[in-house]
This record gives sequence, structure tokens and C-alpha cells, in this order.
Amino acid sequence: MREIDVSVVTEAISEMCISVNHELSEDMRGALTRAKEMETSQTGRQVLDQLNENLKIAGEEMIPICQDTGMAVVFLEVGQEVHFTGGYIEDAVNEGVRKGYTEGYLRKSVVSDPIERKNTGDNTPAVIHYNIVSGDEVRITLAPKGFGSENMSRVFMLKPAQGIEGVKDAILTAVKDAGPNACPPMVVGVGVGGTFEKAAVLAKQALAEPVGSSTDKPQWAADLEKEMLDKVNGLGIGPAGLGGSVTAISVNVKSYATHIAGLPVAVNICCHVNRHITKII
Amino acid sequence: MEKKLSLPLTKEDALDLRIGDYCFLTGEMYVARDAAHKRLFELIEKGEALPIEIEGETVYYMGPSPAREGRPIGSAGPTTAGRMDKYTPTLLDMGLRAMIGKGKRTPEVYEAMKKNGAVYFAAIGGAGALLSKCIKRSDIVCYEDLGAEAIRRLYVEDFPVIVVADSQGGVLYKDIE
Ligand code: SF4
Repeated sequence: MREIDVSVVTEAISEMCISVNHELSEDMRGALTRAKEMETSQTGRQVLDQLNENLKIAGEEMIPICQDTGMAVVFLEVGQEVHFTGGYIEDAVNEGVRKGYTEGYLRKSVVSDPIERKNTGDNTPAVIHYNIVSGDEVRITLAPKGFGSENMSRVFMLKPAQGIEGVKDAILTAVKDAGPNACPPMVVGVGVGGTFEKAAVLAKQALAEPVGSSTDKPQWAADLEKEMLDKVNGLGIGPAGLGGSVTAISVNVKSYATHIAGLPVAVNICCHVNRHITKII
Repeated sequence: MEKKLSLPLTKEDALDLRIGDYCFLTGEMYVARDAAHKRLFELIEKGEALPIEIEGETVYYMGPSPAREGRPIGSAGPTTAGRMDKYTPTLLDMGLRAMIGKGKRTPEVYEAMKKNGAVYFAAIGGAGALLSKCIKRSDIVCYEDLGAEAIRRLYVEDFPVIVVADSQGGVLYKDIE
């Protein structure tokens, strides 16, 4: 048994909230730089220049990359040998979000009730996904999600007979509907299989995968990622939706076992401000 | 075409602009998003006076992140304009001349823009740090209790936008089949 004081989790999350909102991961930065070289439209290139300049200003002057600093989504993978001490882990996570969003001058975008809509004032609560894993470590992934793109995400309950073609149609439908609202170039997270909610969680996890890497997945999924990136870019939506050849930076697919009667597909759209950071305690 | 324009926009400026025009705006504008629009609309429905002038004005759909000490504002990029569409035709009929946001609008909004000679600009979504640098002053006008959704008055210099819908019915965003 390894004891971990929950205050360590609070501190880690607070720091992660601040850094993730000011600096994208290296793979995302690289992909945005390469996007400029791949873009064929003049306006598209101009937009990508602005986005790269924006990233530079954000990091140098500590201004959040985007004003929508998101709802904090936290994946907590807890080793079964871990014993948390010093408080309740959920409170500790939320305290980290509260601290990070307050001290980091991040926007508070969370309302306590979806109908009454009163702002909680500190961006809590986070959406927390717990997983018990083997070992004695805690792996925290924080992925704040902006809602311009979240609002354009979809779950499709396909029939098994629709197969891989159905999955492709689902992805294209979601991306077309998202259009300029999702601040393209996008990252498209796709979850295939499981149940209704499992597919959605897979799609969200797919967004946190490094862009352009297709390791550890079935061949059909790796092929689908490549084919759909080409197809999505063929739509011509382009950077900021103003037309161009770079509509998406990456399509990331994750899959899971499913039921004999179903083929759930979730498409979680993310904008170019695809923020995710992982820390292991 | 690149243009430098002063705010408030004149009626002629608004009528002259065409989709694809790349503009740099200098002057004052209002900031309002979902919750502020809802409140304004409730006042309009009750026939009460509004806390801000609409006639000839520019509204930026935006909710900034908090300002660090010594700075006027935090990150300040556009939000999705379509969520305001329910309220927009009424505001256009009241004389609203320009809107800044991102994303497509409803046909009703494009119609009302044509009728009233208004223009819709897009600022680059997700470029909040860059756009923040063009904002020189930011004051809360009302609804401070709404936090990031309060109505603000900004003074901007060379604020970069592109005309995505004009007063002639032109729309830059393509319909993708
Ligand atoms: S969709 Fe992304 S880039 Fe666009 S405003 Fe929202 S968080 Fe920012």
C-alpha cells in the first residue's frame, strides 16, 4: 500500500490547469506548424499564421490561448495499491481546479445547474472519470474542454450491418455540422463500440492521444484514422471555416468490445486548442 | 481587400463591405453574449429601456478570461454567434449595425441584416491571446453579476476581422453537402 496525501493531487491539478491553458502539447504545436505548410488557401494560411502567433503570445505573456478555458475534464487512473489520505479525493480534485482557475486568471465557465444556470464562480465541479488500475501510481490527465466544439459532438447508435461505412458517414456528418463553429482546424476524437456512454468516453480519451500516432490499435482503426483525415480535409471547411485544405489536424480512433446488436459511435469534436496534459504521481 | 475602419461604423461603411474583406477595426464596441442577450431581450419584451445604445453599434460576442494586473483584459476571442440568433433580428431592427463572432447564422439573421444594412464579421476563433493585444480598454457597463458574461465597452485598435456576411445577402461560409 502506498499512501498519497490528497493535497499532492490538488497541487498537481492546480498547476496543470494553468500550464495546459497557456501552452499546447508538443505534438499539437508541431501539427499546427505543419498545417501552415499543407494549407493551400491564402486565407487559410493567414489564419494559421494568426493561430501560431497566438500560441506564441499565450506562452510568452501568460494570456490563455483561448478565452474559453473550458470545463475541466479529469481522468484519474488510480493504482489499486494506492491509499489516499488527508481528505476525500473528489474534493481534492475540485480544490485543484478552483485554485488553478482562480490563481491562473482562467475563465470560470461552469454553471451549477443546467436549467437555472448560476455560475459557480470557480469553474468547479470538474467532470471526473475514475479508473482503478494495477500498481501504486496515480495517473492524472487533465483535458479542459471548450464548448464551441463540445456542442458539435454527437453519439450515433448504428446497426451492426452499417459497419465501417456507417462509422465513416457518422464522422463526416459530425464534422460537416460542426463547420466553422468548432474553430477548425479540429481534432476529431472517435469512440467506436462499447455502450452509449462508453463510446462517448472513448471519444473524449481519443482527443488526448498524441496527434498522428496510431500505435496500439486494430489495423482497421489505424486505417480509418488516415482515410478520414483525408476525407475531412477534402470537405474544404478550412482554418476558421473560411475555406481551405486543413479542416482537421488529426482523427483519433479508440475502440472497445460491444454487443451483438449494436455499433455505437461517438464523435467528440475538438478545436485547434486541444488541451491535454498528463502527470504521474 | 484590406480595409482600416473606425467604429462606430457608418451606415455607408456597413453597406460597402463585402464578404471576404479583411478589416482592421479601431474604436469602441460592446461585448455581450448569451446571458446578457437574454436579459436585454426580456427588457425589450416588457417594453422597457435598455441599459445600452443599440442604434449604429457594434456588438462582439465574447466572454473574456480575467485580466492580469495592469492589463485591460485577458484572453478575448469570439464565441459562437449562432446561439444569439434567437435575439438578433430584433436587435438588427433596432439599428444594430455590426456583429463580431464566429460561425454560421440562421436565414432570419441574414434576412434582417439585408433589411437593415448590417454586417457580420468573424474574428479568428481560438486566437484569444492575439486578439487580447488589440484591446486597449475594457469597462463593465452592466450586469456585472454575470461575471464573464457581463456587458462591456471595449476600445480596440486594429482589431482583425473578416466579413463573413454582408448587407447584400452574401455569406462567406460555404454550405457543405
Ligand atoms: S471551440 Fe475551442 S478555440 Fe473555439 S472558442 Fe471554444 S475553446 Fe476556444
